[in-house]
Amino acid sequence: MSGRWRETWQVAWAVGRRNVGSYLRRPELLLPSLVFPLIFFASFAGGLSALGHLPTFRFGAGYTTFEYGFIFCQTALSSGLFTAFSLASDLETGFARRLFLASANRQGIPLGYLLGALARAVLSIAATTAVALAAGMRVSGSPIQLAGLVALGLLLVALGFGWAAGIALRFRTVQAGPAMQTPVFLAVFLAPAYVPLHLLRGWIHAVATINPVTYYLAASRGLLIGHPQQLLAAFLLAAAGAAALWGWTAFNLRAAEAAG
Amino acid sequence: MSATVVLAVARRAFVKTVRQPFQLFPLIFFPAILLAINASGLAAATHLPGFPTRSYLSFAIALAYVQGALFALVNAGTNLAEDLESGFFTRLALTPLSRRALLAGLLAGSGAVGVLQSAIYLLIGALAGAQLKGGLPGALLLLAFGGVASAGFAAGGVAAALLLRSGEAVQGLFPFFFVLLLLSSANLPRNLLHGWFQTVATYNPLSYLIEGFRAIYLTGFPAGPLLGGAAVVAGSWLLFGTAAVVALRRSPRAL
Repeated sequence: MSGRWRETWQVAWAVGRRNVGSYLRRPELLLPSLVFPLIFFASFAGGLSALGHLPTFRFGAGYTTFEYGFIFCQTALSSGLFTAFSLASDLETGFARRLFLASANRQGIPLGYLLGALARAVLSIAATTAVALAAGMRVSGSPIQLAGLVALGLLLVALGFGWAAGIALRFRTVQAGPAMQTPVFLAVFLAPAYVPLHLLRGWIHAVATINPVTYYLAASRGLLIGHPQQLLAAFLLAAAGAAALWGWTAFNLRAAEAAG
Repeated sequence: MSATVVLAVARRAFVKTVRQPFQLFPLIFFPAILLAINASGLAAATHLPGFPTRSYLSFAIALAYVQGALFALVNAGTNLAEDLESGFFTRLALTPLSRRALLAGLLAGSGAVGVLQSAIYLLIGALAGAQLKGGLPGALLLLAFGGVASAGFAAGGVAAALLLRSGEAVQGLFPFFFVLLLLSSANLPRNLLHGWFQTVATYNPLSYLIEGFRAIYLTGFPAGPLLGGAAVVAGSWLLFGTAAVVALRRSPRAL
């Protein structure tokens, strides 16, 4: 490993460890990230379960498993998003400025927050998965397919973080929260969140057809039940999106550095 | 309690909300976007046996009115907490403004915002093609119901602001009410809910408020759902109103 990479990882590791530590110590950060995915899961899988009885609803593993695929992707994206809120808050309070001064390599700072986001996502998804299994979710994917699901989830964390961290570094205030949150919220719900794509009608079907989140949902649901669908498209879109948004974060990191 | 004073406080509360884009935006944008998404994404639900209408939009639009009433809680509380934090209320202590007039004014202002947002949802619904079985009297009832419900929930925001004295803390209440909204009959009628969710939705007061608004769209003026919705509004007035009065009495520094 070259000296530059070693410096980057040292900074990233220190920032990531601090981020995870403060996440675990502060109930106002920890509890919502654990409870909200569960509430959404309960609300959608429980409250809309009648949709699974529609004659045209074709998903053999049941509505709970179908909705878990959605909650999995939403939680992964949200974990990245909400970690970027911590970055925005650190930038607003001036803590990040001290980090900039102390870091040998500043690229390691967003990378450290991303490591924090990945750790947060693992915890949130583990809690939701345990509840989903207890609620009757049927998983028939092979271990390799489930490993693929986890890999997709990690890419989605990077995707959500990349978008929101870029905004956080650009505006350096938590008041930019709606700008971070709203596009992700819209992208997630303008996809087949409640019913399969073929049951959507009108404008939402047209939007969902070209929405990358549709591919993530199809892939995650397919991997869960052992019938992968849209796998290549989902991984390509997620990887390309994460790479492009990492560029967006790096671009805005320079703006934050320039602003002091 | 002078009507002029109440009107002045109400006018200030109304203007303070409608002139701030970050308060007005969630009132209009979020219910509208959620309605657009749900009305399209859940349209297939109308094919379920026992679903009360063929138009999911007409079914789902009630949620917007209730969301608006919940935003009244947050906005009224945030505005009051801001006034407390900025010291505006300390300056009011020099005037002959009574606590009752203050509370009445704040609630009247929130009620007026509730009527305005209900008018916007009514317009959005009409433009999008929601069928209002209640006709013109139903539209007027929706405006009145929206205003009274918003004022009732705003009393909760007033009480919270006086107790917590922080706008951020008041905003933290919204997720709690949002969860209540998710665990209600907002997306499907109670007869199509199953198991524990049906039980929770049956005990959730917001289900009855939503069903009250919904009934005006779907059937006109059925007594049962309307009385259920009115009971929830009356309950919010009683519970939150009492809390606001008690909080005002125990808050000598506020006035």
